[in-house]
Amino acid sequence: MCGIVGLLLKKPSLRPRLGELMVPMLIGMTERGPDSAGLAVFTPPLPAGQRKISVYSGLTEDGANYAWSGLVEALNAELKVQARASIKGNHAVLTFEGEADPVKAFIKAHGPKLHLLSAGRGIELYKDIGTPAEVAERYQFSQLSGSHLVGHTRMATESAVTPDRAHPFTAGEDFCLVHNGSLSNPNGVRRMLEPRGIRFETDNDTEAACRFLEWRLREGDDLHTALQKGFEALDGFYTFLMGTPTELALIRDPFACKPAVVAETDDYVAIASEFRSLAHLPDVKHAKVFEPAPEEMYVWKA
Amino acid sequence: MESLKFDLSTGGVRPLNQYLHGPASELNGQRITVLNPDGAHNIAVGLNAAVKVTIDGHAGYYAAGMNKLADVTIEGSAGTGVAENMMSGKVHVKGFASNSAGASAHGGLLVIEGDAGLRCGISLKGGDIVVGGSVGSFSGFMAQAGRMVICGNAGDALGDSLYEAVIYVKGEIKSLGADAQIEPLGDADTTALAGLLAAAGLDHNPRDFKRVASARTLYHWNADADQEY
Repeated sequence: MCGIVGLLLKKPSLRPRLGELMVPMLIGMTERGPDSAGLAVFTPPLPAGQRKISVYSGLTEDGANYAWSGLVEALNAELKVQARASIKGNHAVLTFEGEADPVKAFIKAHGPKLHLLSAGRGIELYKDIGTPAEVAERYQFSQLSGSHLVGHTRMATESAVTPDRAHPFTAGEDFCLVHNGSLSNPNGVRRMLEPRGIRFETDNDTEAACRFLEWRLREGDDLHTALQKGFEALDGFYTFLMGTPTELALIRDPFACKPAVVAETDDYVAIASEFRSLAHLPDVKHAKVFEPAPEEMYVWKA
Repeated sequence: MESLKFDLSTGGVRPLNQYLHGPASELNGQRITVLNPDGAHNIAVGLNAAVKVTIDGHAGYYAAGMNKLADVTIEGSAGTGVAENMMSGKVHVKGFASNSAGASAHGGLLVIEGDAGLRCGISLKGGDIVVGGSVGSFSGFMAQAGRMVICGNAGDALGDSLYEAVIYVKGEIKSLGADAQIEPLGDADTTALAGLLAAAGLDHNPRDFKRVASARTLYHWNADADQEY
């Protein structure tokens, strides 16, 4: 079991309240996912020449006391990318000039136990073990602002309870995916992707789905085409919720084994595994509430 | 008669269910309103009295499960397993219902005004289900007894491995399951349909429905089939 939540604010004036509206959604899914939680938030994109990377230091010996300033100084001395860090304990968002890949490589060399969570112009990602309430408090999720986000509460079935196996998963830039369910062919998907140079960081089944779909997008598929290929290539039980800089997308497997419910008003689209995570939302009594059908693609534009 | 109100936003589900599990002699004829259900699970499960319960919003999983005698109305939608294993009474969902609505119901009437998800009426054992909208795939799977009325469309594998339950469909059937077949609609069927539609408060012409029942070819082991069915 796991819980998924997603929120897309259509009304720009609500965007400073994105985190505040989402935290009860995430906490509402605690019974479905008490062991880890995470979310990816999409903010207005940085200028084309800049990137940001979310980094997790919880796997290093220093944990939340990690010397982020040392990393930033080394990065700027070596690569001259004018990096700056926004720090929340064991988590930092590094914003810098230039491409993401050299910076990612530098960070991995500088701190091999640092875990890179996401890269892109809009995405920021947080995930850790703990209850959804603990994780939300740890990273002050209620303070987050942005246009849309994708969140997850985890009850692990397919791989161990560790921060790097929590969701969302990312691949490439500005793409993330959360999963409720379990895939039956993740290793087959990995064996197909690895010879194409796609590297995996965990043994988690969801990572296979995430890397498969991002690979299709990078190969030029639009989101619909990529999701259609996902239906063909990915076997098992799933409700997937995905985020791109401009979209939230949802698909369910043909047996609809894993739940999802949507509430839509003129102001927002909210998605959750169950309605109890949506009940607090403004004017939800007048929202259009529906259950997404299996094997259909639902894409909402930010 | 005045309605007794339980507000789940302050008290949670347990006080409600504990009250509803009181002596039937005291509960019979009472009217209970459940405020702010907000998708909570197990609302009004295991009732065993002729009590009338109105759930004023969206219910979570297993609402009115195992119902006996009670008349439960859900003003919003219902999550997975609404009225599962109902024995008698009536459960009426004004919105849509998620998967496995009315699963293994032995008796009573489940009305869903909107659509029902997948596996509606799975393993039905004698209850009646009337769906105003459409049902998802695998509905009526292994249904043994009882009747299902679907006023909209049905998904894939309708009535797969049916026993003696009968399914009536007004709209399109995407595909029939193994051993399910469309049969002529008889007078007994239209009489049954008229009664079920009236009980559900839905206005359709019984003659517009198709009858789906078991071809009974799976009832007996066929040693000559060479494992090819």
